[in-house]
Amino acid sequence: MLLITCPWCGPRDETEYHYGGQAHVPYPENTADLDDRQWAEYVFYRDNPKGPFAERWMHGHGCRRWFNALRDTVTYEVLATYRPDEPRPDLAAPAAGGER
Amino acid sequence: MTTEPLPEHPDFLWRNPDPRPSYDVVIVGAGGHGLATAYYLAKNHGITNVAVLEKGWLAGGNMARNTTIIRSNYLLDESAAIYEHALGLWERLPEELDYDFLFSQRGVLNLAHTLQDVRESVRRVNANRLNGVDADWLDPDEVAKVCPILNVSPDTRYPVLGGTFQPRAGIAKHDHVAWALARRADEMGVDLIQGCEVTGFLKDGDRVVGVETNRGRINAGRVGLAAAGHSSVLAEKAGIRLPVQSHPLQALVSELHEPVHPTVVMSNHVHVYVSQAHKGELVMGAGVDTYNGYGQRGSFHVIEHQMAAAVELFPVFARAHVLRTWGGIVDVTPDASPIIGATPVENLYVNCGWGTGGFKATPAAGWTFAHTIATGEPHSLGAPFALERFTTGALIDEHGAAAVAH
Ligand SMILES: Cc1cc2nc3c(=O)[nH]c(=O)nc-3n(C[C@H](O)[C@H](O)[C@H](O)COP(=O)(O)OP(=O)(O)OC[C@H]3O[C@@H](n4cnc5c(N)ncnc54)[C@H](O)[C@@H]3O)c2cc1C
Ligand SMILES: [Zn+2]
Repeated sequence: MLLITCPWCGPRDETEYHYGGQAHVPYPENTADLDDRQWAEYVFYRDNPKGPFAERWMHGHGCRRWFNALRDTVTYEVLATYRPDEPRPDLAAPAAGGER
Repeated sequence: MTTEPLPEHPDFLWRNPDPRPSYDVVIVGAGGHGLATAYYLAKNHGITNVAVLEKGWLAGGNMARNTTIIRSNYLLDESAAIYEHALGLWERLPEELDYDFLFSQRGVLNLAHTLQDVRESVRRVNANRLNGVDADWLDPDEVAKVCPILNVSPDTRYPVLGGTFQPRAGIAKHDHVAWALARRADEMGVDLIQGCEVTGFLKDGDRVVGVETNRGRINAGRVGLAAAGHSSVLAEKAGIRLPVQSHPLQALVSELHEPVHPTVVMSNHVHVYVSQAHKGELVMGAGVDTYNGYGQRGSFHVIEHQMAAAVELFPVFARAHVLRTWGGIVDVTPDASPIIGATPVENLYVNCGWGTGGFKATPAAGWTFAHTIATGEPHSLGAPFALERFTTGALIDEHGAAAVAH
């Protein structure tokens, strides 16, 4: 069972959340200009990395808000969680308060 | 009553050759699908200068981890056609391969617990019959006749309102299936190479001409990917994006019991599926973890949920002990149907996206994939499952319809 920290409510069991797949997939601009291939990319194609993955979760049994998580898909460790209006954290950069 | 002893199998089933510098065809992944592809390349197409490369040990991936349910009661015409072709092949493979892999046609019951389940199930029975697939709708009393240990009382939280039954469906001994295919492929000259991980692709322009491995470069006329949960990781190395997501799927077994469970029972609504293995273990599966993962383990709450469902349906299981749980990594497509066919890279073909249900398809996956690799053209049964469908929109949407909830 994963322990996931909602940015608003704090750490809660995985069962309180709903998974939403890859984060940071913007709705395409200039939709009238997209060809079928580009639409397919937007609708059906998502990254599927082995390692850190930025993904969406929804705190369904809590504040019911969507947020993003950076999670390792091999170890399942949740490396960071952050609000949707925040950028993907750079884990290589030293965290505030010293080296991690 | 006693349980069935497993058949003896010969000590040595295949050679363990070193990779040669070049092959007509290289298949990546020695799961059931890779092995069946090699077998049919040799048998149906006379192509024997073939290597199957496996990063671990032969059939140690999902082939070793699945719950071995075989059935063809899919809703849509394209799916019914390919899974029924597989079932037909299963029926003759033990004799053809001269290997008793305990294919047991004990039938599969798919339970209905809500009015909507009932309607969907009856619709599927009708669709199955129109496609020549054996299927019956059973009321709760008839369900109880097929599987007397099932609790069909109306007093449960989600009462059994009936079920679909496919008598020709069943289970097989997965390891033995792999070994049977491996032995024959090997005999026909196919090199099965274990401990050989594909780490990259050799390309000439937009054409693949070989693979890089931890045991050196291997040239290949054509390359077929059959890497299940790792398909997209592998395809990315060839510069291709695949519309698949990898998820952990778990299963578990109890200790050995006398034969009590005569068929296979699946329930979507309460989500558990159960059969009793030949030796006597109760074998159970449920749904995938919703999140992506490669860790070959899954969430405990999924197991809790499936056990609760199992005990409600089968009160007799309440005192059985779980002996072992494990996970495999399955690749799921947006329409829950597989991908078989060409890729944007010339001479590179892909068989993937079988998700939680590819064991049953093993012979047909091999049959159609071998055809595509040998001829460069899609097999008629595989053609609807081409990668292009995500661009054309001609999806084969089996989510839910396939009698599984994932
Ligand atoms: C718990 C569980 C229960 C299931 N239950 C059922 C069921 O009841 N019925 C059913 O029909 N299906 C079931 N499935 C699904 C089924 O197991 C798969 O769809 C099927 O096994 C996939 O095809 P495969 O046998 O070739 O895959 P695998 O056996 O996984 O073969 C892929 C192989 O590729 C190898 N590989 C990956 N990357 C590389 C690389 N870079 N180089 C070399 N080799 C590589 C892997 O090591 C692996 O051996 C289940 C799966 C799981 C996990
Ligand atoms: Zn919250």
